[in-house]
Amino acid sequence: MEYVKLINCMRCGMCLPHCPTYKETFLETASPRGRVALVRKFQEGELVESEKFLEYVSLCLDCQACASACPCGVNAGELVAEFRCERKQEQGLSTMEDLILRKLVPHPDRLEAATAPLRLYQRTGLQKVVRSLGLLKVFPSALGRMEGLLPKLPAAPLRQTISEVTPAVGEQKGTVGFFLGCVMSLIFSEASLATVELLSTLGYKVVTPKDQKCCGAPNMLGHDIDGLKDAARFNTDLFQSQELDFVVTDCGGCGAELKKYGHHLDGEAAATAFSTKVRDISEILATEAATLKDKLKPLPIKVTYHDPCHIAHCQGIRSQPRALINLIPGIDFRELPEADACCGSAGTYNIEKPEMSDRVLSRKVQNVQKTGADYLVTSNPGCLLQLKKALAEATPPVKVIHLTELLQMSLNA
Amino acid sequence: MEDSFIKALSNIVGEQYTLSDPESLACYGYDSTPELQSRPGAVVLPGTAEEISKVLALCNGTGVRVTPRGSGTNLSGGSISFDAGVVLQTSRMNRIVEIDEENLTATVETGVITSTLHREVEAKGLFYPPDPGSMNISTMGGNVAENSGGLRGLKYGVTDDYVMGLKTILPDGEVLKTGGKVVKDVAGYNLNQLLVSSEGTLGVFTEVTVKLIPKPQAKKTMLVHFPQLEQAALTVSHIIAARIIPATLEFLDRTTIKCVEDYAHVGLPLDVDAVLLIEVDGHPAQVEEDAAGIRDICERHHCSFFQTAASTEEALKLATARRVALSALARVRPTTILEDATVPRSCIAPMVKLIQDTAKKYDLLIGTFGHAGDGNLHPTCLTDERNPDEIKRAHQAFGEIFDATIAMGGTITGEHGVGVAKKKYLPKLVGESGLRVMRGIKGAFDPRGTLNPGKIF
Ligand SMILES: Cc1cc2nc3c(=O)[nH]c(=O)nc-3n(C[C@H](O)[C@H](O)[C@H](O)COP(=O)(O)OP(=O)(O)OC[C@H]3O[C@@H](n4cnc5c(N)ncnc54)[C@H](O)[C@@H]3O)c2cc1C
Ligand code: SF4
Ligand code: SF4
Repeated sequence: MEYVKLINCMRCGMCLPHCPTYKETFLETASPRGRVALVRKFQEGELVESEKFLEYVSLCLDCQACASACPCGVNAGELVAEFRCERKQEQGLSTMEDLILRKLVPHPDRLEAATAPLRLYQRTGLQKVVRSLGLLKVFPSALGRMEGLLPKLPAAPLRQTISEVTPAVGEQKGTVGFFLGCVMSLIFSEASLATVELLSTLGYKVVTPKDQKCCGAPNMLGHDIDGLKDAARFNTDLFQSQELDFVVTDCGGCGAELKKYGHHLDGEAAATAFSTKVRDISEILATEAATLKDKLKPLPIKVTYHDPCHIAHCQGIRSQPRALINLIPGIDFRELPEADACCGSAGTYNIEKPEMSDRVLSRKVQNVQKTGADYLVTSNPGCLLQLKKALAEATPPVKVIHLTELLQMSLNA
Repeated sequence: MEDSFIKALSNIVGEQYTLSDPESLACYGYDSTPELQSRPGAVVLPGTAEEISKVLALCNGTGVRVTPRGSGTNLSGGSISFDAGVVLQTSRMNRIVEIDEENLTATVETGVITSTLHREVEAKGLFYPPDPGSMNISTMGGNVAENSGGLRGLKYGVTDDYVMGLKTILPDGEVLKTGGKVVKDVAGYNLNQLLVSSEGTLGVFTEVTVKLIPKPQAKKTMLVHFPQLEQAALTVSHIIAARIIPATLEFLDRTTIKCVEDYAHVGLPLDVDAVLLIEVDGHPAQVEEDAAGIRDICERHHCSFFQTAASTEEALKLATARRVALSALARVRPTTILEDATVPRSCIAPMVKLIQDTAKKYDLLIGTFGHAGDGNLHPTCLTDERNPDEIKRAHQAFGEIFDATIAMGGTITGEHGVGVAKKKYLPKLVGESGLRVMRGIKGAFDPRGTLNPGKIF
């Protein structure tokens, strides 16, 4: 890690009020400024990698709210992640990590096969039995948490059911590649179907290559740089072999990662060209606002919007989703307090750090309740998972949907 | 620090809120002051005034020093413990106790963040004017201890002008109540005002009652470009001389403009020597008249562009740009040494010129911005702490700048406090008698020297 990146932090504290873990604890060690200081002092040899040290460093959600807030251009979250990666490269992956990150995640069919028993489990009613008997309590707690978060899975992942080419409706305006994303395809296939339908309704031919692999974000999270590079190279080659105007994704996490391929592959021309073509669905739709507006029908509902970290902080997309929601006639849009604060999902953070995740989440839930909205709109599968569950259990319950599902609702109203 | 002492602390504030691991101590060894660092012996985060009182009594009795801390955003080393003592952070004490709409006062615990108070009182149509650039981070206790000023200081004054009452825990754990909600009070020495700007050396504030005023009905924000620095500085003096008192009259020089624009993208010009950010507020008719008067003066001083914010959003964007000025400057070089030279407002032009000449003389990059309306300038030297020669030159340059400031009838700090950073200049400013009286006051409050030793003098 470049030392100068660490000493650029002038400790002004501008990041403190934006950091979810600082807001919960008021501790310097749980603040961006403190995290930079920890890593810096480690590099200077003043601190060692003790258990406490690792605990502090791993409490960071990597939500990058600090990066948006820092006027000096310091990115505490990224520095911490980089630090963890460097340590990981020295240690190597564990057997379990190797199994998941190298043998499972990069192979969509294996991933889909692995979740098949879950589909069965949910659909045979076994889930109800297990839940009502409280059997989850005997599972290791992480598994139990994961099980609890899962909504009802679709009958089949979208990757298996969607056709490679979805033609444009009416006159064709352009061709876009659709990047599926593992969790979107596996769990939120209906939202992704809505994305594809919206694009084709607006005149885009949508190409969805079946061979595409995971974007590599889980490898990044697992600090597996080599795995990340493999994914980047594969997807770049696959999509660059087609004649595409844009590569569109409706997953904030994938979008943020795909836009960094150029950087991950050290500025390789093809990867950089690929990255510059990547658009979040809201970016594309926002350019079509005029056309879309004529097609949307009234929805008399109260809606609020949660900014996923990977959309707002990593990609700087804030105004487009709001503008799109406001296109819908009759909609009552209410701004969410602290809308761009992390919901606590943060990859696998909600499983690894349940206590902090719950604290961050409950702040989000309270803020949603303050708006009085019936629907919370967002556009990242991690947020959808986390918020769907929490807001279904809130009183009154709030429905959580993807931005494209909301727009489709209005199209079909 | 001994385990038994840590244990005694955690018996008072709870284990969770008593920190003594090396990682935590390292993270409480700094504040926003450049170059200064030192590790405390322990950190506590008490949740109530009673806990603070007990911590102080314990430390006072055992000879352990205590350094109060809010959010650690001060720029004079005030919240760093230099003698391995206890750092006492007030952030958990963040309740708004009362907003009294009949008496126009607000009473808050001192860990409340300044902008939170703004939001709460403005929701009731009231106004708490002090708004330091750090208002989204700093605590009310820190503001009182440093007597913080802000962008609205020119018209509305600084923290001191709003503090009506304080609840303070003295070093021996006793509670001292000063002032209150009465508007007039001349009973004895004005301890309230003495405590404001005491920099954590006399007592720990746990509650503050501040004066509120009605929220101004209207406001207008203007941004003016000046190709020449002299003209901008003269404009400031002439606006005041014309008896127009804007709420805000801020100055940014070329170096600062570039850095802020790089970060905030608000459309600042990159080809001018200076911009002024001006805000007028009050009765709508008065606002119109003042804005027109200001425009006239700016044009007479050859401004190249005059923009009035079209919407509240645009106005907010411009004000935010000014608030991030300091941090944005830090993008250029890793170490930013910020100063707080304050001169009578008629001396703004010669002062800015002197700063630029000094920068040239010592071959340094110095950006200047500040509350020009009250003569409070922040020459900011952009350096690299890994270059000792450059750092040495920076300190020499500031030495000269301060000599000139004092010679012009100015002061070595307008709002950041003396702390450790400005200690060496204080005797020049207040003289032997000043120091003697200040030491006497310290002795009366804190005979054992428990609180924040080594600061101010
Ligand atoms: C980006 C930036 C912009 C700034 N802009 C301004 C500005 O415009 N105007 C301005 O005046 N300052 C400004 N400052 C300086 C700083 O923010 C203020 O001095 C602020 O009041 C400090 O508040 P804090 O809560 O961070 O206090 P700290 O920094 O934690 O403490 C400051 C001092 O107060 C003492 N203290 C804190 N709490 C208490 C308490 N409860 N009882 C007794 N003593 C206490 C501490 O011992 C210390 O000496 C700025 C700083 C930064 C980093
Ligand atoms: S990370 Fe940025 S915002 Fe936070 S203290 Fe450092 S410089 Fe300031
Ligand atoms: S990435 Fe998020 S949690 Fe981590 S330091 Fe930044 S703001 Fe805090």
